[in-house]
Amino acid sequence: MKNHKLFWAVIAPVAAIFSSLLFVSFILLLKGVNPLSTFQILVSYGFEPRNIISELNQTVAYYLAGVAAAIGFKMMLFNIGIDGQYRLAVFMAAVVGGSVKLTPILHIGLIMITAIVVGALWSAISGYLKVRRGVSEVISNIMLNAIAGGLISYLLSPQRWGSQAAGSQNLNTPNIAASGQLPVLHIFSNTLYSFGIVAVIVGIGYWILLNKSVFGFNLRATGMSFRAARASGVNAPKMIFVTTVLSGAVAGLTGLGTLFCDTHNYSLAFPSGYALTGLALALLGRNHPVGIAFAAFFWSFLERSAGILDLNGVPNEIIMMMQGTIVICTVVAYEIVKMINKRQQQEQVGRAEVVEAGERK
Amino acid sequence: MRPQSLESQKVYLKRKAECLSWVIEVKDVVKKYPGVVANNNVNLQVEKGKIHAIIGENGAGKSTLMKILYGMVKPDSGEISVDGAPVVMKTPNDAIERGIGMVHQHFMLADNASVLENVILGSEPTKYGALIEYGQARQKLTEIAQHYGLELDPDQQVSELGVGGRQRVEIAKVLFRGAKVLILDEPTAVLVPQEVDELFTNLKDLTRNGLTIIFISHKLDEVLEIADNITVMRQGTSVANLKPAQTDKKNLAELMVGRALPKPRHAGTPPQEKFVLNVKDASYARRDGRELLHEINLSIHAGEIVGLAGVEGNGQEELIEMIMGLIKPASGKVEIVDLDTATSQTRAIRDAGVGYIPQDRQRDGLLMGAPLWENRILGHQATPPMINGIWINKTAAITDSERVVREFDVRTPSINVMASALSGGNQQKFIVGREMSSNPKLIIAAQPTRGVDVGAQAIIWDKLMEARTSGAGVLLVSADLDELFALSDRIAVIFSGRIVAVLDPNATSPEELGLAMTGANK
Repeated sequence: MKNHKLFWAVIAPVAAIFSSLLFVSFILLLKGVNPLSTFQILVSYGFEPRNIISELNQTVAYYLAGVAAAIGFKMMLFNIGIDGQYRLAVFMAAVVGGSVKLTPILHIGLIMITAIVVGALWSAISGYLKVRRGVSEVISNIMLNAIAGGLISYLLSPQRWGSQAAGSQNLNTPNIAASGQLPVLHIFSNTLYSFGIVAVIVGIGYWILLNKSVFGFNLRATGMSFRAARASGVNAPKMIFVTTVLSGAVAGLTGLGTLFCDTHNYSLAFPSGYALTGLALALLGRNHPVGIAFAAFFWSFLERSAGILDLNGVPNEIIMMMQGTIVICTVVAYEIVKMINKRQQQEQVGRAEVVEAGERK
Repeated sequence: MRPQSLESQKVYLKRKAECLSWVIEVKDVVKKYPGVVANNNVNLQVEKGKIHAIIGENGAGKSTLMKILYGMVKPDSGEISVDGAPVVMKTPNDAIERGIGMVHQHFMLADNASVLENVILGSEPTKYGALIEYGQARQKLTEIAQHYGLELDPDQQVSELGVGGRQRVEIAKVLFRGAKVLILDEPTAVLVPQEVDELFTNLKDLTRNGLTIIFISHKLDEVLEIADNITVMRQGTSVANLKPAQTDKKNLAELMVGRALPKPRHAGTPPQEKFVLNVKDASYARRDGRELLHEINLSIHAGEIVGLAGVEGNGQEELIEMIMGLIKPASGKVEIVDLDTATSQTRAIRDAGVGYIPQDRQRDGLLMGAPLWENRILGHQATPPMINGIWINKTAAITDSERVVREFDVRTPSINVMASALSGGNQQKFIVGREMSSNPKLIIAAQPTRGVDVGAQAIIWDKLMEARTSGAGVLLVSADLDELFALSDRIAVIFSGRIVAVLDPNATSPEELGLAMTGANK
């Protein structure tokens, strides 16, 4: 029974990835490129040890964005505001961290708490608007993303909190002192962020909170049926608000790996677009902490490997096509699996009904 | 074969004529699922132009038989004939080609499209291979509507239609595809009494115009009222073929369950002095100002069942929601065993010992996508034994779900299946079992036996009565007058948001109650 369950959980993403590979192969064939050798290049480059380290570092950021999205999904919320939450959070964390000198534990703690609080507060705006004003979180979050971007540009200008290094186009916040930095592991001529431990803790915490705690039960109940949750005594609107805040808090952690272990300041080079990636990863990983981890690594792997394609005369856009088709195929595959499972259960129930009706005689 | 005597020739011809008038004949059909026989030697002869009812408990094999007739399931052995000719149907398309159409219990309509668009969806008449022939479709639909007396406006939005109207659209959909035999799966389960009358008029018009109707139900009153022929199914077999004139409700029910029928019976012990519920001058108005409840006064003693009678939509729902703390009274108050609901939340009301069996069990009573053991926790997630501090107690939930499944005869292969996989009756038994598990002081039971079979009904009645005997107060909101009369100590009548009468069931006739429900004696 247990193995059975795992089989059904894994079959959908595997089928989705396989279909996507077929699709991409077809496109490559149209372009006159051998798909098998292309995939071979991808795999051998992506699994080079030093590349794996870079992929793992990227995985941590994607993972946190994915968990933030998954928390929202459990409440049927589409947190497309992860982008704004994460960028504003890491920006403020960099500003606060760069302006003080403390003992290491306090300094690191302060930076992390700043990021969590800023992410949570920024997300709380959309939560408030949804619960009190009935505004769709998708609309408010898209606007909040834009506002966050504008706010950061404003504050990052050299007249305010930012500075511009001589001869550089880049703007950045002051560097964080060594007391506010996390160690890295030098390995395979690359550096592995120790911040990854935080992602592991978040993943475990997410699973325990959701599946073991009464709070998590109430959250899932509200996500599954607002009315049933309310009738069961859950303060459902409050639950929605708290979930929004929680999702934002996790989103706030997303950029900290880079800040703590690599750049030590916020600059324009911090990437945007984590919201859509996070949502895709939560979907691919089925909102499960382990599933999202695999999805996040897979995503990082593809993006890292994309770099080698151009050198071999293959347009690296095929990676984006692959990611896109994987997401679409995943949605389809999960729906099919869900239908099959439901039918199986109904058949089981039907049998139980007939058998017991027979026994009762 | 040459008949030997005149007498036997007559019999032979008569039988032959009968055969011809059978639009569908099912002979010795067997359908096995691994380890189980779902249909075993089912025989059925449906007469052309008649309403043929098929009744049976959940799990008696009705659905399997219908799926076979509708081409969704292939029988393992046996024969199906349509208009006298044996047929093999592999898909619903085969069935519709032979003029057999299905009207499902749960409507499948697009809300934001018009009646016409919904009717033609999936079988649009086209011109030039691409454009929809709206004119032709409209004409055909109008003809169908007129011919069969279905009241339909092709241009109305489906979202504006009530449940009865939606059902007519579903029927028109099947007729549009040329069905001559309509299978209706529990068509009245979703309708209020007036709509049921309307539906029955429609069905009679349909048969008068030559259509045949197979009517699946477990509401015996309706079957006796509308059917020309009745087939009773039990344990996968057709056990009886009857005419309504040959039988009565009690007889049918006993054929269905295969034993003497349980009756709701009253325990007789007098209620206690103590009140468990006091609604005092409570009013409630909707946001647009319409008053839905007006100065309601209602009290329930410990050990008492108070029935609430009334035509649906007269404030029952709001009264229940108010007692459960889901809406707040505009004036007046609700007192539940020393708890003022004007200030307390649903959580506190539940924890004070109030069990709630909601009318819409799938929306308000269950997490359809969660397994049964998680559903056992729902509503009890603030107090032990379902929780342990801030953690849910999975072991306790599993153990107690198994107890509920056992004691309330919930038919399920395991407590790990999703609530959505169970049939309606079994979902209801699970909810009743859950709500009774914490020995509630007050039980709000809204339509507790609606849509459940007689076996489940008996269990639910017994359990409500047990709760009463052990000192719980019960508010029984029901549209089933038999149930109200049999179980209630007092019957309050609600009309237009007011309690218009409180009656003694032993000194009131059903007619008097019916009259009070229409507000006549006010």
